[in-house]
Amino acid sequence: MKKWQCIVCGFEYDEAEGMPDEGIEPGTKWDDIPDDWTCPDCGAPKDDFEMMEVE
Amino acid sequence: MDQDPIIIIGTGLAGYSVAREFRKHDKQTPVVLITRDDGASYYKPDISEAKAKGRDPAELVQKTAEEMAEMLDVVVRTHEQVETIQPEAHQIQLAGETLTYDKLVLAWGAEPVVLNLCGDATDDIHKVNHLADYRIFRDNLPADAHVAVLGAGLIGCEFANDLTEAGHPVTVADPAAWPLSQLIPQAAGEAVQNALSHAGVTWHLGHAATGVHHGEDGKYRITLDDETVVEADIVLSAVGLKASVQLAEDAGLSVDRGIVVDRTLRTSDADIYALGDCAEVDGHWRPYVAPLMQCARTLGKTLAADEDDTPGQVTYPTLPIIIKTHACPVIAYPPVDGHGEWQVEGDGSALEATCRDKNGNMVGFVLTGEATNKRRDYIKDAPALMG
Repeated sequence: MKKWQCIVCGFEYDEAEGMPDEGIEPGTKWDDIPDDWTCPDCGAPKDDFEMMEVE
Repeated sequence: MDQDPIIIIGTGLAGYSVAREFRKHDKQTPVVLITRDDGASYYKPDISEAKAKGRDPAELVQKTAEEMAEMLDVVVRTHEQVETIQPEAHQIQLAGETLTYDKLVLAWGAEPVVLNLCGDATDDIHKVNHLADYRIFRDNLPADAHVAVLGAGLIGCEFANDLTEAGHPVTVADPAAWPLSQLIPQAAGEAVQNALSHAGVTWHLGHAATGVHHGEDGKYRITLDDETVVEADIVLSAVGLKASVQLAEDAGLSVDRGIVVDRTLRTSDADIYALGDCAEVDGHWRPYVAPLMQCARTLGKTLAADEDDTPGQVTYPTLPIIIKTHACPVIAYPPVDGHGEWQVEGDGSALEATCRDKNGNMVGFVLTGEATNKRRDYIKDAPALMG
């Protein structure tokens, strides 16, 4: 399980937690999120996310 | 007794983000957003990438005003112009109505700087700071039209890149000697210039536009201060933004480069806050997405807190500016106080520029092309934007 971060606003997506409010089940891999999905905070496109180093 | 609402003026990223952050902490207090446009929610940086991606302006709308109102449980009043703010009465005046607020948030953004140009066609110059402006630009952009872009800053360069990628001949004019001159050093600017030249952009740098005139066959003639004449089918001005402050100034609030707020985002009136492109936060005016989002998170919490709670203070970590010139992408973090000595390494379009103060400490950096992959290393070492 990985974490991804919006490089524009800092919003984090954690694959383990998913985003149940947006209909994305816990455990959903980043690759399985639709390409037209956008950052729930700032609206940036999926392209603007990058994988975070897991500490 | 009905509770007076929190009123937010503006439904751009700032207005909607602060409403969303507030609702994470408070689901009860009424919130009213007021906008002079249609209140559609969109991601503004998408505008300067839309043409090459084949997206129509309508496709950039992520949610309508109605959808936003429902999602955030707020009232969104569209096509309403705020005429005055009366801080002592806690009221704002619309065309046909007076509204009373508990707290007021100013999030109405900035306006494009308008060049003082001569000529009979200055009214035809396009600007693109809002989706509505962009819609008009696209409606007037025939296929293969030659576009003249006035301004080689962030928006000018992103548009030059996008329109060239979409197949338009593009000419860019700017009085500065290199593109993005306010953000990056000359060598990095030249890397961008070369990459975009290679993609097809024609540059007129070092010369200011002086006029825009009607030419023959519906074309425009743009004159520069060295007597050069550029012919184009459409003219786009992208020479910068300035915070919109008039309404705040008329209400007696302190303004400078933006509406003056402290780190709690409070203006000189205790019940009026400001954020986003209209606000100058603790002396910093940063009209970019990332600082705005930091402010929205801080202010959302503050508005939901009890009166006696100490309000949170916004800080900006190291937030570089991302410039989506795909021919040569740029990540820029200019020194916060504007001073320092630049050193540039690398070759071709992959450059790493580091700005150091007189003690040798890194105070800023710029990465271009492939070197943008190293941004994490640089972000770790650079000082906070507003710590």
